[in-house]
Amino acid sequence: MASVTHNFMKLFRGSSGGSAAETPQVSQKLTRRSSGLGELARLWESETPLCILDLGSTSPTNITFFTGHGHKIYSEDLLVASTEPHLVTKDEQGTVVLDSRKFLADNLLYPAAQFDVVLCWNLADYLDESLVRPVMGRLWSVLKPGGMLLAFFHTKDAGPDSPCYRFHIIGKDTLEMQKIVMRREARRGPTGAIHTAIIDGFRLQRVFNNRHIETLFRDFASIKFFLARDNVREVLVVR
Amino acid sequence: MSAPLSADLAQIGKSVVIKGELSGSEDLYVDGQVEGSISLKNYSLTVGPNGQVKASVEAKGLVVQGKLEGNIQASDRVELRKSAVVTGDIATQRISIEEGAYLKGKVDISGKAEKAAGK
Repeated sequence: MASVTHNFMKLFRGSSGGSAAETPQVSQKLTRRSSGLGELARLWESETPLCILDLGSTSPTNITFFTGHGHKIYSEDLLVASTEPHLVTKDEQGTVVLDSRKFLADNLLYPAAQFDVVLCWNLADYLDESLVRPVMGRLWSVLKPGGMLLAFFHTKDAGPDSPCYRFHIIGKDTLEMQKIVMRREARRGPTGAIHTAIIDGFRLQRVFNNRHIETLFRDFASIKFFLARDNVREVLVVR
Repeated sequence: MSAPLSADLAQIGKSVVIKGELSGSEDLYVDGQVEGSISLKNYSLTVGPNGQVKASVEAKGLVVQGKLEGNIQASDRVELRKSAVVTGDIATQRISIEEGAYLKGKVDISGKAEKAAGK
């Protein structure tokens, strides 16, 4: 799958010439209906506290939503984590890649079968190619058998400048989408190096077709697609 | 944006570095570096904008404006301000998180009233 998606990445990679990023942009908020979220909504009423992993940007709304229902929420922003400069390395061909072993040594460190639900949002579309499969493998292992993962994928109509959003749950099947804007304090990593990805905003790395998505989640027990009008496919997979 | 300081508040200034166990019976404001553990049972801890804390924290209340790495147990409430960068699990009764705050970890709200209220 990696080689197949590599071609898509070639289309979308490249500098985004971010002089405009010097000035923080006003964060836009949009709402959208989410069929995948609607499918998960029945779980939120569970009397047994659920363990939920939110892989988007830290969302006060989501934390309030889930803790208000008595569940435990874990928040981990993998896109920001993937911009750590120490992850950058070269493969055998001398191509610059991110070191997935280092990445997984620092992130997604949970016991096996810990989570009932993983909210992946649009992570796979924006995450560096070298991290996508290892991350999905780790997510499979931290989900409980029968646990569910919700992910969004752009369709081929989306361009490389499709904005990366944060997702806030504001209703049973309603999300508020907020364009990710740079954070001045998040621009520098531990070494002092500037995180270009954050300054420029995250760029769409590739577009998965349905077969790629099925391959990505081939270790899961089932997969369900929901088509939306906004060039996004929602995918709900069950371990 | 600094927290208001009062005479009843112990302060660790931004040039101070402490390694070890910190415990006390008064509110504490940390704008320097602390590594180890902080135990203030019935009092509050504020990590100022320059504060860098690598410690497990036990307090009544906690306000974070700077960086905190470690598990947090707050018997009353936790506030993560917009400049907060927190890595660790949070167990508390109430929590407020400003837009822009960064959290890597678990949030466990133990207050029963919260669950009954729902949303």
